[in-house]
Amino acid sequence: MEIIVASTVGVLTAGGVYLLLRLRTFAVILGLALLSYAVNVFLFASGRLAIDMSPILNKYGDGVYTDPLPQALVLTAIVISFGMTAVLVMIGLGAYLEAGSDEINIDPNAEDDATEPQA
Amino acid sequence: MMHWIILPVVLPAMFAPLIGFVMRWDITLARAASVTATVLLLAVSIGLAVMAVDGDTHIYRLGNWPAPFGIVLVLDRLSALMVLLTAALALVVLVHAIATGWDNRGRHFHALFQFQLMGICGAFLTGDIFNLFVFFEILLIASYGLMIHSGGKDRMRAGLQYVVMNLAGSTLFLFALGTLYASTGTLNIADLAVRIPQIPAEEASLVRVAAILLMIVFAVKAALFPVQFWLPATYANAPAPVAALFAIMTKVGAYAILRVHTVVFGPDVPGTEGLANSWLFIASIVTIAIGAIGVLGAKRLMTQIGFSAVGSMGTLLVAISAFTPTATTAALYYMVHSTFAAACLFLIADLVVTRRGTDVLRPIAPTVQNGLFAALFFGSAIAMAGMPPLSGFLGKLLVMDALREPGAMGWAWGAILIGSLVTILGFARAGSTLFWKSTAMPVDDAEDEAVPPPNAATALEVAPTMIALAMLAALAVFAGPATTYLQNTSAQLFDRAGYIAAVLEPNEES
Repeated sequence: MEIIVASTVGVLTAGGVYLLLRLRTFAVILGLALLSYAVNVFLFASGRLAIDMSPILNKYGDGVYTDPLPQALVLTAIVISFGMTAVLVMIGLGAYLEAGSDEINIDPNAEDDATEPQA
Repeated sequence: MMHWIILPVVLPAMFAPLIGFVMRWDITLARAASVTATVLLLAVSIGLAVMAVDGDTHIYRLGNWPAPFGIVLVLDRLSALMVLLTAALALVVLVHAIATGWDNRGRHFHALFQFQLMGICGAFLTGDIFNLFVFFEILLIASYGLMIHSGGKDRMRAGLQYVVMNLAGSTLFLFALGTLYASTGTLNIADLAVRIPQIPAEEASLVRVAAILLMIVFAVKAALFPVQFWLPATYANAPAPVAALFAIMTKVGAYAILRVHTVVFGPDVPGTEGLANSWLFIASIVTIAIGAIGVLGAKRLMTQIGFSAVGSMGTLLVAISAFTPTATTAALYYMVHSTFAAACLFLIADLVVTRRGTDVLRPIAPTVQNGLFAALFFGSAIAMAGMPPLSGFLGKLLVMDALREPGAMGWAWGAILIGSLVTILGFARAGSTLFWKSTAMPVDDAEDEAVPPPNAATALEVAPTMIALAMLAALAVFAGPATTYLQNTSAQLFDRAGYIAAVLEPNEES
């Protein structure tokens, strides 16, 4: 199971980083989504991998249990990354409609009016 | 238990939705509420700073859960100082935004502004590293909205770049937290500070990975080389008051490095010894160089100020990278100074740019109040460049004085001194182009008859810039008491045992 989880995280991260480096809005949104999936699985694994164990102590405290904290962390991370993706889609759409281009890379100094002939 | 400690988080959190939902159609009401909230925040933060002067580490346990299990807020001198700095800066920026009408050029400025303050104050106060992540996200999501406030092509594109950069940073933050949790089983800063020194150096590779990942994340926020490239484009295209508020956002990154890499991965922890300072030192020297060259080469005023902010972060982090109490005192002094210096430059640049119509650095016939703007720009620029008599000079002097270690001294002194010289040249060029050469240009009033001349700045518009400049002067005049206070602050920061004992002590009141 370890090899499956580890390679899932690896493949998702690699795909996410590749898409992120495309520097086009849609690819970057997908890339960040993949990265957030990767990090969610990774956070799960940080509490050790376990099967058939309850995430809480039972009432006698004698059963084996798995760490509940990473699950709470993953829940928080999912909520935040979901909200952030929604914000990113809206801003990406706004930027595309304003600029007519979905490129993300901009040069801070190369402004249109810097090359304009002097008045 | 004292409930005052959570007030800097709760107060903006209550006002923000109120402004966003109830007062969304009434800008006057929203302005009044926003100013009220910020004034209250300033009052509370002054109260907290007074409370923290006694040198105790005050703890607020949320839900009264004992420390490693529940989330704690920690108020010590450092966090009180940072919250006070945030509140003071926020009030100055808010008055400027209202006076110049920036807040009315788009929707929800005040609600986002309050959410931003909530995130920043929370990040300074929290004693839990996952909670730090959550507050980072709050301040970031508010900053995305503020960044693209009032829209426009360039601003939207720069905003998108900023959002993508920070989302990638957040993902990295989560990877770092996962690694840290897997190797220690806790995310409470004090508890981490207990457990990480117990890990022998040869088994600490995962911890080292987490330490460096966290440093990269904080470096993204602090605009440190090699992840500084987002800052000039963001600051140059953000609305100017927002860029002035963002002066504190880079300090959040610096604060997080200071807190986490001092308390958790401290200088004498076997597993991570020498890791943070060696990398941080090189990166901040390069950052100073990039900032200085950028100031010299910038073609636009806002970009130039953005690069000067990068350079000042380099100076700040070179002092932090020593991880000694003396250097940290210097770093804290320079942090307070550079926050107000950057904000001051952005505010005066806003007044100039709105009247010129463009921030491209080329002579245009002078508009109104050329002398007043020139004087204010001159004052802010000498503060930022580190010339006497303002606090930038003392700040850089303190930083250099603290970095006397052979090996580090040559690089640090060289970078700071040459960087300052180049920054002065850059600002002198910009100032003379904007305010001096322009006076020699003929005012062709025949053509511009149809265009009414821009309004002269009212007293309320100029006041925030002047107050920020006065703060810098006050910081220079009262440098003695300020450094004494900051010496105690950094002594408390380096007292790891005191921090751990205060946070993890059994909860006697419950």
